[in-house]
Order: sequence, then C-alpha cells, then structure tokens
Amino acid sequence: MPKPESAPRTLYDKLWESHVVSDLGDGRALVYVDRQLLHEVSTPIAFSRIDAAGRSLRRSETCLAVPDHAVPTTDRDKPIANTLARAQVARLEENARRHGVAFLPLSDPRQGIVHVIAPEQGFTLPGTTLVCGDSHTSTHGAFGALAFGIGASECAIAMTTQCLVQKRSKTMRIWLPLLPNDVTAKDVALAIIARIGANGAAGHAVELAGPGVIALSMEARMTLCNMVIEMGARMGLIAPDEVTFTYLADRPMVPKGALWQKAVEYWQSLSSDEGSHFDAEYEFDTENLVPHVTWGTSPEDAVPITGAVPVPAQATGSAQRDRWAAACAYMGLAPGMRMTDISVDRVFIGSCTNGRIEDLRLAAGILKDRKIADTTRLIVVPGSGHVKARAEAEGLADVFRAAGAEWRDAGCSLCVAMNGDQLAPDERCASTSNRNFEGRQGPGGRTHLVSPATAAATAIRGHLADPRKLEQPA
Amino acid sequence: MTPLTHVSSLAAVLREDYVDTDVIFPARFLLLMDREGLGQYLFRDRRYDGNTLRSPPFILDRPPFDAAQILITGTGFGCGSSREQAPWALHDHGIRVLIASGFGDIFRNNCVKTGILPIEMAPEVVSRLMTFAEEGVRFFVNLETRELKTGEFCLPISAPQSEIDALLKGQDETTEILERFGENIEVFENAHRAAQPWLFRNTD
Repeated sequence: MPKPESAPRTLYDKLWESHVVSDLGDGRALVYVDRQLLHEVSTPIAFSRIDAAGRSLRRSETCLAVPDHAVPTTDRDKPIANTLARAQVARLEENARRHGVAFLPLSDPRQGIVHVIAPEQGFTLPGTTLVCGDSHTSTHGAFGALAFGIGASECAIAMTTQCLVQKRSKTMRIWLPLLPNDVTAKDVALAIIARIGANGAAGHAVELAGPGVIALSMEARMTLCNMVIEMGARMGLIAPDEVTFTYLADRPMVPKGALWQKAVEYWQSLSSDEGSHFDAEYEFDTENLVPHVTWGTSPEDAVPITGAVPVPAQATGSAQRDRWAAACAYMGLAPGMRMTDISVDRVFIGSCTNGRIEDLRLAAGILKDRKIADTTRLIVVPGSGHVKARAEAEGLADVFRAAGAEWRDAGCSLCVAMNGDQLAPDERCASTSNRNFEGRQGPGGRTHLVSPATAAATAIRGHLADPRKLEQPA
Repeated sequence: MTPLTHVSSLAAVLREDYVDTDVIFPARFLLLMDREGLGQYLFRDRRYDGNTLRSPPFILDRPPFDAAQILITGTGFGCGSSREQAPWALHDHGIRVLIASGFGDIFRNNCVKTGILPIEMAPEVVSRLMTFAEEGVRFFVNLETRELKTGEFCLPISAPQSEIDALLKGQDETTEILERFGENIEVFENAHRAAQPWLFRNTD
C-alpha cells in the first residue's frame, strides 16, 4: 500500500501515484491498468493489431467483454437483422474466446451497457484504474476508480502491456451543497456543464464532493461522473464511502471474506486529504436549482426548464453568437422561445447516463396512472438485463407499458443510434442520454437532454415539461 | 505508423467551436470494421445530403482546399466520443495537422496515435491564422524544428515533446513499452499484487 506522505494529496494524486510503473518526465508516466471493458465497436481493430503482431493479452482475466452499442433492443430471440452489426458482435465474441476474455452474450441476463454492467457485477472497484474504448468510462469514477475512455490504439496497448502512457491530469474539485428534493443528478450535471462549458474541464480530473454528493445513491453518483466528459474532463471522481461499500458488497466479482475486509480498509483511505490543492475549484449554489434541459447542439446549451432559448444579446462573443445561431437553425428553434413550448415527437429513457433502476423508478413514479401524449412515442431501454428483470419484478415495466411506452431489451440504443433505434430527420427527442450533438440520434435528428423525471413529464405532455408541475392523475 | 516530419500545404478553415467526433465521423459508420478508406465518411452529413455533395460544398470539398493537409478550427475540436475512426478518417482524407484553440482530450491522444499533429494555440492566434488560410496563404509545419511558418510569421509549436517524438519516429508504442519497460511492469505488478491482492486471481 502507498506510504502516507506528508503533503496532503487529492484522491486523484493517490490513484495516480499508486499506478505509476515508470515516470517518463514531461508530466507523463507509464500507468498500470487494472481493468479493461471491451465492447464490439472500439475493439475489432485493436484485436486485429494484436493478432497481426502475433501478441497475446498480458492478463486476459482483467478484461470483460460485452456487446452493447450495436445490439437490437427488440427481437432478441432472433439473429441480429443488420448484417454489419451481427458481424461486429460475432467478432467480439470470437476475439474474446480466442484470447480467453470473459464474454457476456446477448442471451445472458448480465448483458447490458458496459458502464451499467461493470458496477453491477462488481468488476468496477475503488482504487483501480479502469479503461474502455468509450468516453463515458468516466462513469466508474463514482466508485473512486481512475476510469477513463481511450481510443482503439490504446485498447490494444492496454490489453497487451497492461499499461498506458498517460499525461498526469490537472485537478478540479466541484463542491455541491445538498440538492433540492425535486432535482436530479442529471439536472445538476447539465447545470454544471452550462456554467463550466463543454471544454471547460479539458485536461482535468474532476472530483465531485460535498454534502450534495455524499447524500447521493451510487446510481446518481454514476450519472454525475458519466457527464463529466461533456465538460471536457476524461475523469470524474467521487471518494468511496459506506454508500459505495454497501452497493458493492456481495456482488459477484468483488473480493470475498478477509480480502473484502482488507480491501475496504484500503478503500477508506481513498479521499482527498484535508488541505489538498486543486488546480481549479468550483462551488455550486444548488438551493435554487431547478430541472435543466438543453436547447442546442452542445451539452453546455442547458437552461432551466422554466427558461428559454437564449437570444443573441446574451452571448459572450461573436463565436458563441455564431454557434448559437447555427444550433438554433439545426434545432429548428427561434431565440427567446420558451422551453416548455417546444413539442417533441419522441422520448428516450435509457443509456449509461440514466438507464439504471433508480432512473426507471423515478420515471415510472411519474408515469403511473398516466398516459403519454398521442403525438409522442416513448421508448424505455433498461441499461442491463439485470435492470430489466428488476424493473419487471417491481412492476415498473407494467407502468411503462400501461402509459403507452415501448419496453425494450438492454443496450445503448437511441443514445448512439447504431442499432436501428434512431430519429428520422427533423424528428425531435427528449432524451435521458448524454449528447445532443448534431446527428447523434440519427442524421438530422434533434435532441434535448433531460433527466428521467423530465423525460416522463415530457412524454405525458407532448412538449418539454417541468416534472414538478404535473397535475395529479385523475 | 508513417513518420510525420513536415507538412507544406494550404489550410482549410472550419470556423466553429465544439466540432464533436459524431460530426467528424457519424456513429452509423462505426459498424464497419475497417481502418482504411474511412475518408469517404469524414464529416459525412456536413458534406453530403444522402449521396449527393451539398451545394455549396463543405470546405474540404472546395478546391483548392480539398487538397489541404491542414485544418484550422475553433475550440473543443474532437470533443465527445472516443472513436478513433475520427482521426483515421481525417488522416485518410489527407489531413496531417490540426490547429485549434482546444481539443477533446481523448481525440488529441488518438490523433497522435494516428499520425496527425494537433497544435493548440491561443484563440486570437488561431483567428489570425484562419484569415491567412482563407486568403490562400501556404503553411509550412516542421516537426523537427517545431515551427509553423506562414507568410512572414514563424510560430513555435507548443505541443509536448513526447507527441512530437512519437510522430517523428512513427514507432509502434506497444513494442516500445515492452522493450523499454518490460522489467518495470513486472516489478510493479509484483508490488501491486502484494498491496492489493484482491485485484489478482488466486491462481496467479
């Protein structure tokens, strides 16, 4: 275990320093990789390179492979209809088998989105480095793991060497006081991004701390860490605590017995020391925070649901004014338009941001005894097979179906729109996912990022709606 | 990876902030499992309406900038998804140097792995370079001297030395890590196993 040092260290410092294999100078180091998640989209070329070079995986047991991006969310008993997607999923299975990596097929109840299933299985552990060819790997930082997204080349390097050359990040701490009851982690994340900017945390590891974070469930903490990539940070971090240990205890892949005790003892040391230095610090006033929703094509284009599309005079300069004008044109919106006046065609509840059981409970709580608008189509896609089974056992699936929603199988679905679930050009969607980029949910599709509560209220009203202002069902 | 030593070219300008990797390489083409020939999908939905080139054409389809090996853009270029297909498609199209006032962190790493030099410069400098580029002034980027020349200007390239070295050598990083650090990895692994045995299987 790392020796205690005199200077106060941040959580990031502790995680970084306990994984440095060799200091390379210039702020860089060769860093050890404890865990790697593999999905079908970012790994085919990585495996091709490994095979072409005649290499093998250094510790194949530290990898876990699962298809999620390209998988259909309906008709799962049939072969995948899209031949490209079918080939890609088959390639992952074949690569995993050949290299001795654990693989969860579509038929396995543990299958789901990498960032949902890894915590569920206890694959994600505090104090580890965890990588995946997926930018939302930041999600696992909620457990006090140094978790970050990498490209396909780095996937191959990490698999064969168990290491990556990394630049030490700058550190940022975002301090959150307690949140109002009717505001979710997603709303907080959108509000933070609106303030810091979509590139505002570039080069930083962002630690989320304070009473508002401590009070959150693991699901909500994962939502927060998931979204730090949308402010430019590769890593989000939350110090592990009793909430973390309670969540992890007895999960299939966590250490057992005496090792568990020893691990928890170590994990309890993983927090930023009193007086440790951060390169940037923010404190958010959460007292008056209300649900947030995006209007434009960058996650920083978030405003309160009670607000409006900004007018050009509010822009801080010509570059922002130009970007806003282009975003308004793409989104088919006029400056000054009230958010609650924007009608939507589709609503999507799911993704690695908001596809966990707590998210589905929140949405189902609002949809119970209500119907979605005739003009709106709602799909609910659980983040994993386990989330699906639990939602069915708790009666949530029945609530969704009774409200008029489609209840699907687990996958990334309409968040990345690679599996056939996609928007038609000009179709408008309120989505609990993480990105409102141009074409993200299909060419010409228009995305508004929302929380699961806002998504449910929006599906009922047929326009972006404040979940705090729904009348009681008759 | 082919070594990258210098580039002499016109520069195409994309006056936009936060151009994300979904715009650079739309997700639906991620189902392809090839690394080569991805240039046809680069900025696909900006360049094409269905299978027809848009009119007016996107900057990278507009002569003489269709042959530009340098792209100058605003801040946050390459933010979003970690898909390495974005730099692969840029490279396949012929882009070797990107100049912006900020890059997505993962994208930046992926560029260096692909043989593309990302140069970050202050917004006011980027803005002046954009003006030169639009006037058709030629750019000369020399990685060995770490200089960017255009017109009468000569600017130092402030990229980390490690990135420049990686691009100049074009060496396979896995080979380098295994050759230079093979022993270090083993030493670390043993100490790590002793400190956090729960991260290792009992059978190891």
